[in-house]
Amino acid sequence: MKHQIPMLILSAVGTLLVVSVFVPSAQHWGEDATLYFDIIAVFAFFLGGGNLIRVHTEKVSHKSAGWIYSVVTLLGFGIMLVTGLFKIGNPNGIAGDLSKSGSYFQLLFQYVMSPLNSTMYALLAFYVASASYRAFRAKNTEATILLVAAFVILLGRTALGVLLTNWIPAQLSVLQIPNLAIWIMNAPNLAGQRAIMIGISLGVISMSLRLLLGIERTYLGGDS
Amino acid sequence: MKHIKLILFICLSLCLTQAIVAQTATDPPAETAPAVQPPAPPGNVILKDLPNDEGHGILVRWDLSPDDGAGRNTVISYDIYRALSPSAPDSLWMNVGTVVLGTKRYSDKSVEKDAPDFLPKKTDLYYRVVAVGAGVRSTPASAGPVQAYDNWFNSMKMPELIFCIVFLILTVRFINMAKRGIDLYVRPLAGIEAIDEAIGRATEMGKPILYVLGIGTAGDIATIASFTVLGRVARKVAEYQTSMIVPCCDPVVMTIAQEIVKTGYADAGRPDTFKEDSVYYVTSQQFPYVAAVNGTILREKPATNIYLGYFAAESLLLAETGVLAGSIQIAGTDQVSQLPFFVVACDYTLLGEELYAASAYLGREPLLLGTLKAQDYLKAIVLVLMVALLALRVITGADVISKPFDAPWW
Repeated sequence: MKHQIPMLILSAVGTLLVVSVFVPSAQHWGEDATLYFDIIAVFAFFLGGGNLIRVHTEKVSHKSAGWIYSVVTLLGFGIMLVTGLFKIGNPNGIAGDLSKSGSYFQLLFQYVMSPLNSTMYALLAFYVASASYRAFRAKNTEATILLVAAFVILLGRTALGVLLTNWIPAQLSVLQIPNLAIWIMNAPNLAGQRAIMIGISLGVISMSLRLLLGIERTYLGGDS
Repeated sequence: MKHIKLILFICLSLCLTQAIVAQTATDPPAETAPAVQPPAPPGNVILKDLPNDEGHGILVRWDLSPDDGAGRNTVISYDIYRALSPSAPDSLWMNVGTVVLGTKRYSDKSVEKDAPDFLPKKTDLYYRVVAVGAGVRSTPASAGPVQAYDNWFNSMKMPELIFCIVFLILTVRFINMAKRGIDLYVRPLAGIEAIDEAIGRATEMGKPILYVLGIGTAGDIATIASFTVLGRVARKVAEYQTSMIVPCCDPVVMTIAQEIVKTGYADAGRPDTFKEDSVYYVTSQQFPYVAAVNGTILREKPATNIYLGYFAAESLLLAETGVLAGSIQIAGTDQVSQLPFFVVACDYTLLGEELYAASAYLGREPLLLGTLKAQDYLKAIVLVLMVALLALRVITGADVISKPFDAPWW
């Protein structure tokens, strides 16, 4: 029963969603089904919050490695929860909008959360540089092709690419670096991407079918 | 001489009078100008149930007014009105839409029951189309009654249905072949074959395995595919008696992942070694999640990092940190834009569809391999179809590629 009931629910809801794609009058069934997902997700957020408190409290109480980070996490969680729940500093009081300018919640979000988010995102630039350094070493034929293609695209996207090859006559303009960069992006790159996307689409259908027919049951455990 | 002067005076007077009359004829006084004529009404209004919908749409078509782009050329737009009775007073005719000059059709569609312009199904409806000029309106062209019906099948989805049926037939065929014991060859996936090796390495090093399910929700198919691999990895981890860390970005994902890992340990016969805290919730925010997981990687120095699921900008941040920590890294996602980052930073990458094939490949069960084989065959069919349609397009010039997908089949 532990396996049969979830399988039954999955097959019924999955079939319903498939039918709603092809039958116009059943379109709202799919929308209704996703509403149930949202309702379950609301309850799961309590589970998530509870799990976060429990895991980090245990780390602090056992003084596990990196317990100080858990203190910061718990403090951050508590402060955001209290300022958001009681709308502290909100000009319109408890009935005011959560994102009202001047509320502590909004201030924390604007001056702590957003800059930290931006910092993490900005790190990406350095990570791209270090990853590129490793990837663009001409170790073999494929890596050399990658290196040349990347070099052409990098040049083609800058003014230097235009300066270097603008002497090429209009009849041979395809050889100008910016045009070569456009061709690489629009022809070989796009073709490769589309090939992967076709594979992904078929993979999605295959995966969905395995789940709907009950062939794939690993997520239920037991392989039965 | 006196007579000549008189005659000249009379002639001049006559000319002047004629000129004044001519002038007044070209500049008539404003109060005598004729009123701007309203445009002629549009003709031949035809009403039809909107096809491929859920019964709340009517297609209104008409012939252009003779004054639309021709004649007096006074039409600016067309107003479309709807009423429940042809004899309804003007106040009950609801303006359901306005289209610019030159337009010959309008789809009146309103599904929301609470909307003021809600279009009821199976109810007699009447329409009027009025040509609108600058401050003037034509007499309405009326038609009706018409009823909106829900359609049992969306004929625009015919290609998808055909593909699904072909795929289903192929899958059933290959599953039957697998059941009969026919050996189905599936090409090796290096990334999947490396999982066993990676778990073994973690065991030897006495370090944990980090499994990241991505930032998708439990409803994302990539996350579901990752769940299926997680179950198999958890079982192997339990068998090898090594430890596992699964930080989650979504509470629903965490709940399911906890259950899967727990079951994996139970299946391996070691339910007592399962630690509930090994699968935990971090945050639903993308970059705070990355910060937390990167911190875990740098502190715990896991022997193996497995990233399978839905990933966005965090893919490279995670994978590069894994490189710094010296972990073996296996990644897989269906996000085409993130694949290059995983390819450069990870030891093994599952490209798109391989993520979905991973669980079947790990299990090597005939039923699952049957679906993989069907997938490969359908890929070949799609390839042949694409080449054939392209050739047909080049030879005949007919739009055989996009038409089947853009137009209703009946």
